[in-house]
Amino acid sequence: MTQGDPQEPLNHLGRRIEEAQRAAGASTGQRSEGPQSSFGSSLALAWRIGIELLVAVVVGTGIGWAIDRWLGTRPWGMIILFFLGVAAGMLNVWRAVTGAGMAVGYRQQQQAARAAKDGRKDGD
Amino acid sequence: MAIEIKPLEQFTIERLIPLHIGGLDVSYTNSALVMTIAVVLVTALVLLATRRAALVPGRWQSVAEMSYEFVADMVETNAGHGGMQYFPFVFTLFMFVLLGNSLGLIPYSFTFTSHIIVTFALAITIFIGVTIIGIARHGWHFLSLFAPSGVPAVLLVLLIPIELLSYCIRPFTLSIRLFANMLAGHTMLAIFGGFAASLPLFAILPLGIDVLIYFLELLVAVLQAYVFAILTCLYLHDALHLH
Repeated sequence: MTQGDPQEPLNHLGRRIEEAQRAAGASTGQRSEGPQSSFGSSLALAWRIGIELLVAVVVGTGIGWAIDRWLGTRPWGMIILFFLGVAAGMLNVWRAVTGAGMAVGYRQQQQAARAAKDGRKDGD
Repeated sequence: MAIEIKPLEQFTIERLIPLHIGGLDVSYTNSALVMTIAVVLVTALVLLATRRAALVPGRWQSVAEMSYEFVADMVETNAGHGGMQYFPFVFTLFMFVLLGNSLGLIPYSFTFTSHIIVTFALAITIFIGVTIIGIARHGWHFLSLFAPSGVPAVLLVLLIPIELLSYCIRPFTLSIRLFANMLAGHTMLAIFGGFAASLPLFAILPLGIDVLIYFLELLVAVLQAYVFAILTCLYLHDALHLH
């Protein structure tokens, strides 16, 4: 560490990192799409879809039940909110699968569609 | 010979220091103990690792810097412009959940993220916080989040309740996802552990499965912390930009 030029160990390290990266080049290129990471992300997506569907229905029905109890409109609140819950769940699943994140609303899709159309026009 | 398998016993809350204030049970529990350990560990990691910050980082400094960069990158790409303002919150959240998940994998430890009340408290905090940020930024224009533009008025009657509902279930999905993952994984570990204990001759089979599940759980622990943080970023993005 006490070699005259303070930059010397850094240069040395830079060289070693470059060599290591070159040596690992083939494997690092594939690692991001290796079986482990794709397995993990599909596992996460599967969990997310299941939870999304289930929770939306349960919470919707629960809110309907609470409204019924509060306003005495049994069984209409529960029935309507049940179907709304199913719809909301499917909407969220669709969003999760199409990669729109969890964004409520459609502006993102509209922008993406517009961008895609523009891109295609530029490309052709 | 009969060994009772109690896979859910590991989730029992034990009062370590009983404490009652004004009729409220605020005892210091094993759950709180692990939370304290998690907070102390994260703080120690970040403080100690960067105290003697070197240009060429050592092992611990690398860990701290990598987690910092990982979260910073996640916030920047997912929360979008202006999201970095909330980086400290997301970083704290990510590290807390990550440490909670992984500390729970140490045998005889306790997984506080396997309790719905813990994850729900985190999720509802995020939900309320994000809603307040959205309203503070955009005023009542924030409500336009629920009304997609260019939709006939007849459909709006149906769409607005659906959108509202899908917004309101966020804290539930966020908390249940983390809680259910942790609960299921740890229950599975305990069940196969119980099989190994009750089948001495064939113990190698359930034991082997347990080892494999343990690796899977390590993956799930990191993955779920990541999902929790990334969804927080996406919610923030919604509130900051109205998509």
